[in-house]
Amino acid sequence: MARKLLIEHAEVEGIASFDIYRKHGGYASVEKALKTMSPEDVVEEVKKSGLRGRGGAGFPTGMKWSFLAKPEGVERHLVCNADESEPGTFKDRYLMEKLPHLLIEGMITSSYALGARSSYIYIRGEFMYILRILEKAIAEAYKNGMLGKNILGSGYDLDLIVTPGGGAYICGEETALLESLEGKRGNPRMKPPFPAVKGLWGNPTVVNNVESIAAVVPIVNHGGESYASIGIERSTGTKLISASGNLVRPGVYEIELGLTVEEFIYGDDYCRGIANGKKLKACVPGGSSVPILPHYLVTKTAAGNDRLMTYESLSEGGFESGSMLGSGGFIVFDEDQCIVRNTWNFARFYAHESCGQCSPCREGTGWMEKVLYRLEHGNGTLEDISLLEDINKKIEGNTICPLGDAAAWPVAAAIRHFRDEFEWHVQSPNEALKRNYGLIKAKLEV
Amino acid sequence: MKIDFPQAVNEAPIELSSHTMTEIQRVMDLFPKGKQKSAILSILHLVQDELGWVSVGAMNRVALILDIQPIEVYEVATFYTMFHLNAVGKNVLEVCRTGPCQLVGSDDLIDYIEEKLEIKVGETTKDGMFTLKTVECLGACGYGPMLMCKYQFYERLTKEKVNEMLDAMREASK
Amino acid sequence: MIKVTIDDVEIEVAQGTTILNAARQVGGEIVPPAMCYYSKLPGTGGKCRTCLVEVAAGSSADPRPMPKLVASCSTTVMDGMIVKNKTSEKVQKNRGGVVEFLLVNHPLDCPVCDQAGECHLQDLGYEHGSAQTRYRENRRTFKAIDIGNKIKLHMNRCILCYRCVAVANQLTDKRVHGVLNRGEHAEISTYIENAIENDFSGNMIDVCPVGALTDKTFRFKSRVWFLKPYEAECACDKCSGKAVVWMFGNEIYRITARKDSYGEVENFEDKAAWICNDCRFDKKDPKKWNLIGPRKIDRHSVISQGKYLTKNDNNPKLLR
Repeated sequence: MARKLLIEHAEVEGIASFDIYRKHGGYASVEKALKTMSPEDVVEEVKKSGLRGRGGAGFPTGMKWSFLAKPEGVERHLVCNADESEPGTFKDRYLMEKLPHLLIEGMITSSYALGARSSYIYIRGEFMYILRILEKAIAEAYKNGMLGKNILGSGYDLDLIVTPGGGAYICGEETALLESLEGKRGNPRMKPPFPAVKGLWGNPTVVNNVESIAAVVPIVNHGGESYASIGIERSTGTKLISASGNLVRPGVYEIELGLTVEEFIYGDDYCRGIANGKKLKACVPGGSSVPILPHYLVTKTAAGNDRLMTYESLSEGGFESGSMLGSGGFIVFDEDQCIVRNTWNFARFYAHESCGQCSPCREGTGWMEKVLYRLEHGNGTLEDISLLEDINKKIEGNTICPLGDAAAWPVAAAIRHFRDEFEWHVQSPNEALKRNYGLIKAKLEV
Repeated sequence: MKIDFPQAVNEAPIELSSHTMTEIQRVMDLFPKGKQKSAILSILHLVQDELGWVSVGAMNRVALILDIQPIEVYEVATFYTMFHLNAVGKNVLEVCRTGPCQLVGSDDLIDYIEEKLEIKVGETTKDGMFTLKTVECLGACGYGPMLMCKYQFYERLTKEKVNEMLDAMREASK
Repeated sequence: MIKVTIDDVEIEVAQGTTILNAARQVGGEIVPPAMCYYSKLPGTGGKCRTCLVEVAAGSSADPRPMPKLVASCSTTVMDGMIVKNKTSEKVQKNRGGVVEFLLVNHPLDCPVCDQAGECHLQDLGYEHGSAQTRYRENRRTFKAIDIGNKIKLHMNRCILCYRCVAVANQLTDKRVHGVLNRGEHAEISTYIENAIENDFSGNMIDVCPVGALTDKTFRFKSRVWFLKPYEAECACDKCSGKAVVWMFGNEIYRITARKDSYGEVENFEDKAAWICNDCRFDKKDPKKWNLIGPRKIDRHSVISQGKYLTKNDNNPKLLR
């Protein structure tokens, strides 16, 4: 069984309470950092760990931290991005619900490293019940001297505030999150300036994903090098994977990066194969925005190598035959699933979640959704397929924030790998509709 | 989905309960002085918790509380999809319709609830007990099909579980 | 001063200048179009994506090209930067794409739109658009809302540049309109029926790049190219009083601010010469104005080809 650095104690009775969390070694990283390390030491350990942002982009966390501007007399902030909304991703929810103190511990240690005196957790509004769990845990942390003035006698002060969103995927984009945290519409900002220079209320700010912040705890406890010894190449440490779709055992798994995809899908310790004895048709390995892989590219790369759960291996072959690790939202499709229907579904998601600020995304996502709706519902033409490819190219790279790319990639990949299915929808619309709606019915009976 | 809001005439700011006002004060105090607008989403949630939805009069009250122009509240409230800008039933069933849930039967779930409650998505039952809405991903992909009601997640739903859930909600909202 | 090359033209500009403003210092063909950026309204720009340009070299220190096209209105120049606008096929192709996006939901009602003839989207459509639309779906429509007796809001035509919101924020004391909803359904609205009444609200009409905000006192009175524009001034205690009056015979049909070739209000004594609503809507009596002389209007879109004097054309007989 693989090492678990984050959720080892997740199922321990009462672990959400301060005392029991503490008994299981909790808050050791705060003690170690505040009593024996300088903020620079902590940053150095995170750099050595090779930790990469767990929210999806995979940018090295230590490097992101070192970009933080530190002008004299200006407040700095650490903001935790708990706006987990990428379809297929539900790992942060699990972590926060089960181990609220792990996130708080990570926030304290990381805030110390960055010199932040007031830090924020922005959690999606739909997770209100988790916000309550976090509020309770934060109150406990204050009571036990882990937050507030002069933490553990170190002279370091920190206030931690948790605040909800209101239902907007776009607020997972860091500058949109900051806008939202300032009480505005979640319109992403133009960059530069980056948040590291001008973030929350114009102050230098680091925005990190829940899992990235939690990972700082084992990194400080065991040292960056120890963390980096897990994994392969530039994919170090462990990663939470949210497995969903047609699997025997969907759920959240902590894996050591480098695990084979084969083992993850079929292994006894993990998802245990495709549900209902069906065959694998396709897989989206990193959340809805990353390219879909057809079954023959899931466990092996185009070059014939074993596909591994790493940033590098999942993207082997580029967008032609690869995908991305993204946020670790691992969505599995069985042989009955319709790729056209699913692509339309994702396109509808992005059209619904576009903020509407810049024209390619506002108009392009809506247009793609409408064309895909027609295709799925038997009113498409072959030209529509090439139209989609073209709209795609006109959105990708031309928008203010990555939502445009996120909307474009799944459509491009679906057409790239499943063009025949799109054509079938055009050429035999009635058959396609009959199959899809026949299959949709009766699923709840299982 | 088109968010349809009424072109209402201006409404006087409504009064909120003292409990809600105390909570509003608490969430405003979380932020540094002068940054109280940051609490606007928390406040809108609190308002909706009390009223069931967010009316023009309620938004006008929020504007007064935060000392901002009403339009700033409308702009925010219409951006975020959790806020109901029209009156809704006592229980708003928000069914996730996004990919991973669709793979495990959310379309069927929506059909079943429509049939069971004799309403379509977006409608409210005649007795005002239920409103059915579809929403995008709620972050419960491994536990679908699912829905949210009053911030509570109902997961791995089957017809049987839906029946039980609806009965329990009816009972609780009597 | 730092050196930057735009479409093979090398210029020196001050540190902190954006690519777009650097190009405007040269003028002509190399200037990217801008539908949302408005130099006189800080904070605007970045949204429409029509001003995207290719950066072939980031700077002399780091001469790597930038991987994506950048918004020239909000990207500052670096010493040794090489920018391609007209000379980049990629830019032209993607700009065509952006124009198509702006047009998919825009009504093709130019024949009845008061903005026709001075519409920036019309210009762009003429330059980049294709003759046919590939959009087969229904166009998006909005419920009409009344924002008062001076300004007409045609939301269906809006391209969400946010300029009018900036005007309300920066020129008026109380903003009552804004952007509501999101994504495809985002709209300029007042939410509740609310007249926008403020001394400077009329400037929203001048900054609107399309026909979404038009002058109700001029609505359907005439096509703009039938009118003779004159530079005029009046003594006004609210504004600069520097305007352009648009005449037919001896009658004033409409009054606007004086706009430069980018459609922006000109400066007077180093300040943008916005005009007040009294000057714009209520001073239609020629006696109230001192007419200085014919106003030269930059050639604007297909409709006005050959109708106006241009900067390079001083023959007064051409002014009809």
